[in-house]
Amino acid sequence: MTGKLVEIDDLRVAFRQEDGSYAEAVRGVGFTLGREKLGIVGESGSGKSLTGRSLMGILPKTARVSARTLRFDGNDVLSAPAETMRKLRGSRIGMILQDPKYSLNPVMRVGRQIVESIRAGDPKIGKTDAEKIAIDMLEAVQIRDPERVFRAYPHEVSGGMGQRVMIAMMLVREPDLLIADEPTSALDVTVQARVLDILDELVTRRNMGLIFISHDLGLVSRFCDRVIVMYAGQVVEEIAAKDLENATHPYTQGLLNCMPRINGSLEPLPVLDRDPAWLAETGGAK
Amino acid sequence: MIEIENLNVWFGEGPDRVDAVKNVSISVGEGESFGLVGESGSGKSTILRAAMGLAPTWSGRISIGGIDARSGDRRQFLKTVQMVFQDPYASLHPRYVIGEAIAEPMRINKIPDSEARTDRLLEAIGLTPAHRFRYPHELSGGQRQRVAVARALSLDPKVLLLDEPTSALDVSIQAEILNLLNRLKKELGLTFMIVSHDLAVVSYMCERLAVMAHGEIVEVMDRETLRSGEAKEQYTRDLIAASV
Amino acid sequence: MADLTPEQTGARASLAEARWAEFKSFAKRFGRNRLGMIGFSITVLLVVAAALAPWLATHDPYLPSLTARLTPPGAEYWLGSDELGRDIYSRILHGARLTLFIVLLVIVTSAPIGLLVGITAGYFGGWTDRIFMRITDVFLAIPKLLLALAFVAVLGPGIVNAALAITLTAWPPYARLARAETLMIRNSDYVAAIRLAGASPLRIMVRHVAPLCLSSVIVRMTFDMAGIILIAAGLGFIGLGAQPPLPEWGAMIATGRKFIFDQWWVAAMPGLAIFIVCLGFNLLGDALRDLLDPHLRQRP
Repeated sequence: MTGKLVEIDDLRVAFRQEDGSYAEAVRGVGFTLGREKLGIVGESGSGKSLTGRSLMGILPKTARVSARTLRFDGNDVLSAPAETMRKLRGSRIGMILQDPKYSLNPVMRVGRQIVESIRAGDPKIGKTDAEKIAIDMLEAVQIRDPERVFRAYPHEVSGGMGQRVMIAMMLVREPDLLIADEPTSALDVTVQARVLDILDELVTRRNMGLIFISHDLGLVSRFCDRVIVMYAGQVVEEIAAKDLENATHPYTQGLLNCMPRINGSLEPLPVLDRDPAWLAETGGAK
Repeated sequence: MIEIENLNVWFGEGPDRVDAVKNVSISVGEGESFGLVGESGSGKSTILRAAMGLAPTWSGRISIGGIDARSGDRRQFLKTVQMVFQDPYASLHPRYVIGEAIAEPMRINKIPDSEARTDRLLEAIGLTPAHRFRYPHELSGGQRQRVAVARALSLDPKVLLLDEPTSALDVSIQAEILNLLNRLKKELGLTFMIVSHDLAVVSYMCERLAVMAHGEIVEVMDRETLRSGEAKEQYTRDLIAASV
Repeated sequence: MADLTPEQTGARASLAEARWAEFKSFAKRFGRNRLGMIGFSITVLLVVAAALAPWLATHDPYLPSLTARLTPPGAEYWLGSDELGRDIYSRILHGARLTLFIVLLVIVTSAPIGLLVGITAGYFGGWTDRIFMRITDVFLAIPKLLLALAFVAVLGPGIVNAALAITLTAWPPYARLARAETLMIRNSDYVAAIRLAGASPLRIMVRHVAPLCLSSVIVRMTFDMAGIILIAAGLGFIGLGAQPPLPEWGAMIATGRKFIFDQWWVAAMPGLAIFIVCLGFNLLGDALRDLLDPHLRQRP
């Protein structure tokens, strides 16, 4: 035991193509995670979401996953029995997806979903106790009127509110690891800031590990401790978040440069020149 | 070029009535790029849709290129102003190869030489005539958005209304599309009205902008005001703070 | 993720080529569905049997042979013979023509009617929608077989009348389907874009909405074919469809009913034919739905 929450080495995910061959979408990703905030950034198709999903063990059936190491707190995710994984997902790993609309059951009141989630984690908790915990948790994610939201259906709450409900639902189980896949991309900037504050506060206070998957470099560099940059299924750069502006890999630099800024130059934006050499397998850059 | 006066847009009637845009007036000069910024539900996209006749009920006056949106000649109006939609995955017909998608507006309006013009448009947006017989699902998101721009330009309009033209795209692709739009604007002498939730994009693209909230204009300002942080309203300042 | 540029896949010179490439990719995906291929094979078999019936048949399907009445299946009569000594195998082959004729007649009449009504109602909405859909509801409210029966009773029995009667009951589901699809399509951005090009409602409906409704209609159609065969057989069975001596499968079962305990093959063989063909259409429909249904299909 190294005391690491997550250990991944040489993770590969491949999908079957039309012609029957396999195309690798994740090619030898490796990193470790302690009780910290790790950001994974990359463009669509870079394999960042697949990496998070592999850890949860929730890839589509058509995917072929292999890894030298894929461990969560010492448990080998690939060889663990389905029952063990289900328990881990239920109590120790939580996942927040981009759109709460698809993650909440539309015909069940928000409160009941949270209560069920609490009691699934610990069946000994009574119903009234669970309800109290649920309302406390809704308050903890700064929902102003938790009693009303508790009784509401998912479609009756706004996007930002729904995302906070999702966070509450994940946090009531007090997981050790939270995987957030673009948790704020569907939200307005002001709401986004609030949701991030809540996440940050909870992660720090509960001493959790967080994997924050996003396409937004600026956001990740402000929010996380450490950042992994992915390109075409590989990690091209791993860097402390505060040093992101000084990233060395031309891809990371290119991504940073091509973003318009409020106070940026009005000249044509530098366009990312994709060097085919970036595609070559590096076997996990550091 | 674009005159919007006392625009109100609402959905539903009676007790179900929702006012999406309230008493908005905007004036955009020829060759200008004007930005509409706001959070979701602020009514910024609805203004564009109302201007194009895609919103059911509105009152007030909209005139573009001197043609009244309500009483003017519809054909002439559509030849003056066209729109680019947010999601390039949803704005191209899945069963039409892109050459047809671009040529269709020209065929409808009986513009001669639609094939040659399609090839020229494809080149103008950075694709090649070889892309003509590709289906949308064979193209990347950025390529699709280029096609959507080409389609909007096929009737040779003077004004483009752009509804979040890059929010569905990666930043590297966004840079390419924004550069393309600026180049086309210069070459064709276009006027832009750009809706975006991203202040950085608007600051880069637009000389002037309106900040919207709850269907109303909070503040109209020019780029220099935005950049110097001299916004008058607290709401605008909060928005800028959250965007940096 | 994979970004197909023409440099990678070869440039295309014409629309026909693009369509052919689409079709090839579709065929490849279809080929991977084993049950779908079985369904497709059964359908092809039906078409071949119908087309080549005169050459594949071993006997004249109409010629009675009183010495060979009710012969069990064997070397001379592969599937046995009926109460007039006619070869059941040959009759089933010729019956395939009738079955296919009825199915095609019903499909080519009901699907276009349904599409027309559904798309018009869905696109215009409002009063058009209300009137069209209430008419559709009226037809849906009457049991299918009953409506067909009444219609045949008025027009008189016969294959064409049976097909028309089935059409009368078959179009409303298409109308509902097309309307539901149209309601979604008409609010899409690509329809908005083509409206902004100045296209007339007719052009939008025919060229832009209809092609997208077509895939669900085709899926529905394939499933319906089995039902049409069953209703046609049902009408034949009660003597209101094809008339003797036509070798219609339902009518054949009806005559076999009298001998069901001792000469089971007279009723069982045409029954088996109906069963296999219906199964084939259903398997085909399942496979097509997996590939074509916009609600199941994911974004590429």
